[in-house]
Amino acid sequence: MNAALPASPPSPTATVHPVWLRLTHWINAFAVVIMILSGWRIYNASPIFPFLFPKEWTLGGWLGGALQWHFAAMWLLAINGLAYLAINLLSGRARRKFFPLRPAAVLHDFLQALKGKLQHASLDQYNAVQKLAYLSVIADLILIVVSGLAVWKSVQLPLLRELMGGFDNARIVHFFAMNFLVLFIVVHIVMVALVPRTLLAMLRGR
Amino acid sequence: MIKKPNRLPSSLDSELIIKDARRELELAMPSRRLFGKRALTLGGLSLLSGCEITDNESVNRMLTKISRMNDGVQAWLFDPDKLAPTYPASMITRPFPFNAFYGEDEITEVDGEAYRLSIKGLVANKRAWTLPELRRLPQTEQITRHICVEGWSAIGRWGGVPFAGFLKHIGADLSAKYIAFRCADDYYTSIDMATALHAQTQLTLTYDGEILPPKYGFPMKLRMPTKLGYKNPKHIASIEVTNTYPGGYWEDQGYNWFGGA
Repeated sequence: MNAALPASPPSPTATVHPVWLRLTHWINAFAVVIMILSGWRIYNASPIFPFLFPKEWTLGGWLGGALQWHFAAMWLLAINGLAYLAINLLSGRARRKFFPLRPAAVLHDFLQALKGKLQHASLDQYNAVQKLAYLSVIADLILIVVSGLAVWKSVQLPLLRELMGGFDNARIVHFFAMNFLVLFIVVHIVMVALVPRTLLAMLRGR
Repeated sequence: MIKKPNRLPSSLDSELIIKDARRELELAMPSRRLFGKRALTLGGLSLLSGCEITDNESVNRMLTKISRMNDGVQAWLFDPDKLAPTYPASMITRPFPFNAFYGEDEITEVDGEAYRLSIKGLVANKRAWTLPELRRLPQTEQITRHICVEGWSAIGRWGGVPFAGFLKHIGADLSAKYIAFRCADDYYTSIDMATALHAQTQLTLTYDGEILPPKYGFPMKLRMPTKLGYKNPKHIASIEVTNTYPGGYWEDQGYNWFGGA
């Protein structure tokens, strides 16, 4: 396994995404899809807002089945997420990839992207918008897990319950965190479709 | 003496299906749903949510196994000294929602005078209890949040006999694993001993200062703010202390057995 350490300019054959990153990415993608689709089914049992998710888009068949999926995939999401965070932070990759990150750079790169001028000279380096997007979705996933724990164990985890503003409010936080995640996924997939070699890099590493 | 509602044997979640249908009628947006359906079929994503995965025998076995593992995790997480939050009377949800596996017009009516609570299993004194006898035991009250597995919650005021004291009074084997409940409305469920002995677990005889009305489980229900609603049986007819896993009405269909909050 060749960890990417771009001390020198990366060569075309250099590894963009190390194996552990690709592995945790796809496990996360799998877990997130199960969590969202089963979560929509659970939402439908007692909707917070006056709409339902179409049954065809949900997983589990009925509330009990959806809960089984949700409380099985949560282990995958949490354990894989913890492994990702630990390796990313301890290896120094998170710091190298996501920082420095300045608001002015985000604005600049965002405007460039809108004009279609944002260059992808190297997949090895994230532009400022990417940095912000990835950091946001990591924070969002942490919020999803914390609010989910507050809903699941509101009596046993009083600290999380109070942090989320009570049981009913934790459900609302959980719901909106899901919305942000879905929004990220849509944009993420569109961007990958526009720059297909990013998909290759996430599959074969370069 | 006990009038049971006429129902078809419910092998599936008939009540949930009725609820789903009702919601569909109220909320359905046909054009949008049809669009969604087509978009999804085009994407071939239906494989992810379709029947193939949900109906697969080995997948269901795995999910059931993980659910039993989650029972163990929840038992480990359960702190016998941690109390569920209590609320002021001003926060009581009015009206407190009715919920069961049948409709509100099918509520079981139990004759209070003929009522006998039977005691079974690993208990020293198996004498049956009348309602006045239960009412003579020391009573406590709680204003706690009832959390339904569906996601909604409501705050109510319940009064009755602390279950731990009752179990000790009848000489129950407190080292047994399970307490099983059989109900006059054919509902049944079971709980772990640790939760049975929790300070807020209560044999409930009153609601909001009045005799427990039929819709909330007359003559007696079990109230546990540390567990989800389906673990709180109504119209309790018998209590059994046992080491044999008793399951439950919803639990046997796939709801998690521990059902802790």
